[in-house]
Amino acid sequence: MNKLSIITKGIIKENPIFVLVLGMCPTLGTTTSAFNGLGMGLATTFVLMLSNLVISLIAGLIPAKVRIPSFIVVIAVFVTVVQLIMQAYVPALYETLGLFIPLIVVNCIVLGRAEAFASKNRPLDSFLDGVGAGIGFTLGLTVLGAVRELLGSGAFFGWKILPGDAMLVFILAPGAFIALGYLMVLFNKIKKA
Amino acid sequence: MEYILIIISAVFVNNIVLNQFLGVCPFLGVSNKISTAAGMSAAVVFVMTLATLITYLIQNYVLNPLNIGFMQTVTFILVIASLVQMVEIILKKISPALYQALGIFLPLITTNCAVLGVAIIVVTKEFTFSGTAAMLNLPQAIVYAASMALGFGLALIIFAGLREHMDLVGVPKPFRGVPIALITAGILALAFMGFSGIV
Amino acid sequence: MARESNFRNMFLCLLIICLGGSALLGGVYLMTYQPIADAQATKVNQALAGVLPEFDNIPAEEAYQIQMDGRAVTIYPATKAGVFAGVAVEAVTTKGFGGPITLMVGFKADGTIYNTAVISHSETPGLGDKMDPKKSDFSQQFKGKNPKTFKLAVKKDGGQVDAITAATISSRAFCDALDLAYRAFTQAAQKGGDQ
Repeated sequence: MNKLSIITKGIIKENPIFVLVLGMCPTLGTTTSAFNGLGMGLATTFVLMLSNLVISLIAGLIPAKVRIPSFIVVIAVFVTVVQLIMQAYVPALYETLGLFIPLIVVNCIVLGRAEAFASKNRPLDSFLDGVGAGIGFTLGLTVLGAVRELLGSGAFFGWKILPGDAMLVFILAPGAFIALGYLMVLFNKIKKA
Repeated sequence: MEYILIIISAVFVNNIVLNQFLGVCPFLGVSNKISTAAGMSAAVVFVMTLATLITYLIQNYVLNPLNIGFMQTVTFILVIASLVQMVEIILKKISPALYQALGIFLPLITTNCAVLGVAIIVVTKEFTFSGTAAMLNLPQAIVYAASMALGFGLALIIFAGLREHMDLVGVPKPFRGVPIALITAGILALAFMGFSGIV
Repeated sequence: MARESNFRNMFLCLLIICLGGSALLGGVYLMTYQPIADAQATKVNQALAGVLPEFDNIPAEEAYQIQMDGRAVTIYPATKAGVFAGVAVEAVTTKGFGGPITLMVGFKADGTIYNTAVISHSETPGLGDKMDPKKSDFSQQFKGKNPKTFKLAVKKDGGQVDAITAATISSRAFCDALDLAYRAFTQAAQKGGDQ
């Protein structure tokens, strides 16, 4: 497949959130606002790109039986790199995302792409696959975050648009599930159209 | 007394799935039937409690004294992955029937964010159970982890019951599968919000 | 194309990956160690600047802890031209609805509250989190009040504080933290102006 389609398939056809239904925990937990969703998506994309690249490079040298543990260590290393960088340069976002940053290591998307694609393809293709899945994930997170922020606090990326208190439930736990459910229906309708 | 507070808070008030969003993937994926939900929950209780015990000790006796806190993510996930591997081997020998029943779910516990999440929470967050804001000691940590896992099991089994019912009901086509599951989970989360303020 | 899965290969593979990874992490840690410390110091200093009247020393460097009610409270003395200008107290209350709440309270030399800042909390968004000055004016009512004469309890409890609507517990916790901070202040002031 050509290089561009590797990236785009991660955005629509195989969108990690709406189609593959992976990475649900951060999707629900970090989308209280559009900015948080965007930040989380970018951090995950960073890990996806690098872990896919490195795993693709060393996949041939890893004995079959220790494949998964090896992949996990590589991913954990890059997640820690992201943790340290965020703590140093964007401390406010780091504190808001909190627990979910180290949880990138158990995000099924990252391990899933490593296992399904990176371990079997060339480094550049794997890198692009990481980019595509990352963009798809970030897009989903940002959209869900924007919806929840708009309905739940009347704001958009921090700018208060709607007056008054709005429907608080959307920033809380139940709202996350419900908003994602409806967005999924919408996405699937658009995908079919 | 505080152990009862820990248990009630972990199972109902701060339910790991419906309130903290950890363990949602298996929650959506394994909750089709009550029997698989029960099996998965039992495995999670075992792994989560044991993993928290080991990671707690590592954090307090290796990572903190040596000031290599940044190795937390790597060491914790290695502990969990190894633990799951060992549980698989032991289960295969002791009870091949249970091993077969759990199937793919057992290795999936490694990527269950609930296990890693609880391990990290226990060594990071300050709790107010005993009247002062402090970190949990080892016995409290173990009770907390076990309770979190029980809360996971509770949510999972209730949800499986709901889903078994939904299979018999007419759901509009676009909603079938994951969307309606998510919306139902949202309503279940709404119900659990009623527990907040108890402790 | 993968290597054979004998014990030697598996062990070596994991060992090399772990060592390589740890080396990389060690390197990144060394690079980010200072920026992380700086970011944390900036956070404290910004909070201090927000709650204290004018000062020209570095309160964070002269900070010390005292024990009150079994809890540790951090005191940040502020001076201007060598004269005691005020004190910022970082106090934690355990009575929050969702967990501990940490406040930074700035007192003038005579004990009047100059300003307050919320350092951390786990209160419910839209309800208890209105104690954050960015979300509502709840915390503004304490400015210029002296706890000697201003009763630090919600009106429901016989005090003079306007609680956040539908967030009485969070409001009570906020008052509890303020009260703790004030008592720490009086204890610190009694120690002879902190100098």
